[in-house]
Amino acid sequence: MSEPIIAFEKVNKWYGNSFHVLRDIDLSVAKGERIVICGPSGSGKSTLIRCINRLEEHQQGTLRVDGVELTDDVKAIEAIRKQVGMVFQQFNLFPHLTVLENLTLAPMWVGKMPKKDAEERAMQQLKRVRIAEQAGKYPLQLSGGQQQRVAIARALCLTPKIMLFDEPTSALDPEMIKEVLDVMIELAEGGITMLCVTHEMGFAKAVANRVIFMDQGQIVEQNNPHDFFDHPQSDRTKDFLSKILGH
Amino acid sequence: MNSATFQAIAARPAPVRSEGLVPWLKRNLFSNLPSSIATVVLVGLALWFLPQLLIWGLTKAVFAANHEQCQAVRGTGACWGVVTEKYRLILFGRYPFDAQWRPLIATIAMVAALVASCVRLFWKPWLVLLWAAMLVLFFGLMFGGFAGMVYVPTERWGGLPLTVLLATLSIVLAFPLAVVVALGRRSNMPAIKTVCVIYVELVRGVPLISVLFMASFMFPLFMPPGTSIDVLLRVLVGITLFSGAYMAEIVRGGLQAIPKGQQEAADTLGLSYWQAQRKIILPQALALVVPGIMNNFIAIFKDTSLVTIVSLYELTGAMGLALNSDSNWRPFKIEAYFFIAAIYFLFCFSMSRYSLWIEKQLSVSKNR
Repeated sequence: MSEPIIAFEKVNKWYGNSFHVLRDIDLSVAKGERIVICGPSGSGKSTLIRCINRLEEHQQGTLRVDGVELTDDVKAIEAIRKQVGMVFQQFNLFPHLTVLENLTLAPMWVGKMPKKDAEERAMQQLKRVRIAEQAGKYPLQLSGGQQQRVAIARALCLTPKIMLFDEPTSALDPEMIKEVLDVMIELAEGGITMLCVTHEMGFAKAVANRVIFMDQGQIVEQNNPHDFFDHPQSDRTKDFLSKILGH
Repeated sequence: MNSATFQAIAARPAPVRSEGLVPWLKRNLFSNLPSSIATVVLVGLALWFLPQLLIWGLTKAVFAANHEQCQAVRGTGACWGVVTEKYRLILFGRYPFDAQWRPLIATIAMVAALVASCVRLFWKPWLVLLWAAMLVLFFGLMFGGFAGMVYVPTERWGGLPLTVLLATLSIVLAFPLAVVVALGRRSNMPAIKTVCVIYVELVRGVPLISVLFMASFMFPLFMPPGTSIDVLLRVLVGITLFSGAYMAEIVRGGLQAIPKGQQEAADTLGLSYWQAQRKIILPQALALVVPGIMNNFIAIFKDTSLVTIVSLYELTGAMGLALNSDSNWRPFKIEAYFFIAAIYFLFCFSMSRYSLWIEKQLSVSKNR
């Protein structure tokens, strides 16, 4: 097996002095792997993926992304952020810019790409998420599902090697979840490395190579989706699955 | 009901509001009892008060610069003659009388540059050059000392040019200062944060008058003997630092209203700190605080009247100077105050209308 693209080694993190949010996390992700992370709220799953692009700092242990160790070194952080795209629960589109401007901003300012090329690439990505006709609108004029697809396209404009999804469908109306998941499934088929915090178990079964269950800052169990759902090992996992699949 | 197919109702236009004077009056002035009472009372007050004001201000008023006529109508009619007689002193203060065309042109140039800067058509890089040229022209004309123009030191500048100069430069300088201080106060770097907090709290803790006093009288005491900085410059720095502190807090309020996710999204895309502030955070934060910022601009414009206490005679000071020195006209200060109030109002009202226009422009992205 080649070197993992993401490697957590004994990573620990606390919020303040008391709340131990990540406890001895060991995790290595192979290139092209698609991982779904689930767990109850407050279990540290969002914090875990936010450490990967340094939106959160870990305090102990080592974390290497694409061969670079994450430290306070700003240059290293910038280098990693170019390789890692992220999609948030609340979309976090820039409301004062049009959809197209949202997409071209980073390629033009970070990637130093000429405006014309950036717009061309942006339109390609908008077509990919099937929303090209909305390019001139402002984000708040779109539905939640459309906004989230724009957010995915925005992340893809920097051609990242890794995509992080932090509960991408949790803020959406039920009718819009599918259009976002469809885009994510297509993306997964393209072979990009994906880490996705979600409770969409159908999505996990369809695309994940591995499902990780977290509780109280620890990785409780990880397995391929088939065994994870059909033969969960720990009581905690069984309890969690019965709650989210029970209804 | 068996297997009804859902049929969406086609969109229809909203009902047309009934037009005409009577429905309008009914809707806006007499919609219910309290509203009707308020209408009657206010109209009554206006009918009682307005005619007297018109008689005083127009029909019985004296417009000629004749102080004997003015004395005759004192108490019943306004004496606008005081403006006819003294307007040049009020508008230009102690500036040499024969050379007053110079401050006139300088003021027109600066106001023109201000107006041009408000128009979207002129928001181009060369606007900076226009300002540089305008400032050279302004100071060239005001100082003189070349091309046959008499040299006029800053102590003799006064009236409207001084008001416009102080207000414009303090606004133009205080605004960027405020943005930097507001960002600094939210910085993770303790040294920068502390400096910004101390600056804001110190300046906010003292009245503008004492800042002006310090700038004018105390500051020279700390300077090595022999060096002197122009009092106009010192006062300008004083007003700028003063309003910068207030505005910094307004900007900080706007910054705090921006969701954390915006900064995170910018970080995720790899934007540097300054790129994120410039492209993402500040445009949104400043759009939120346009009313507060404009409030401050208007306050600066009017606060320039305080520089009289350090012997710079801007509009208000020049008016006092013009009337106090002449016992014939001294009794008609109220009319002179009306005159300068109208000038202040013209500037301030334009600013507030402009701020509404800006708000409208910025709300584009919020409209659905």
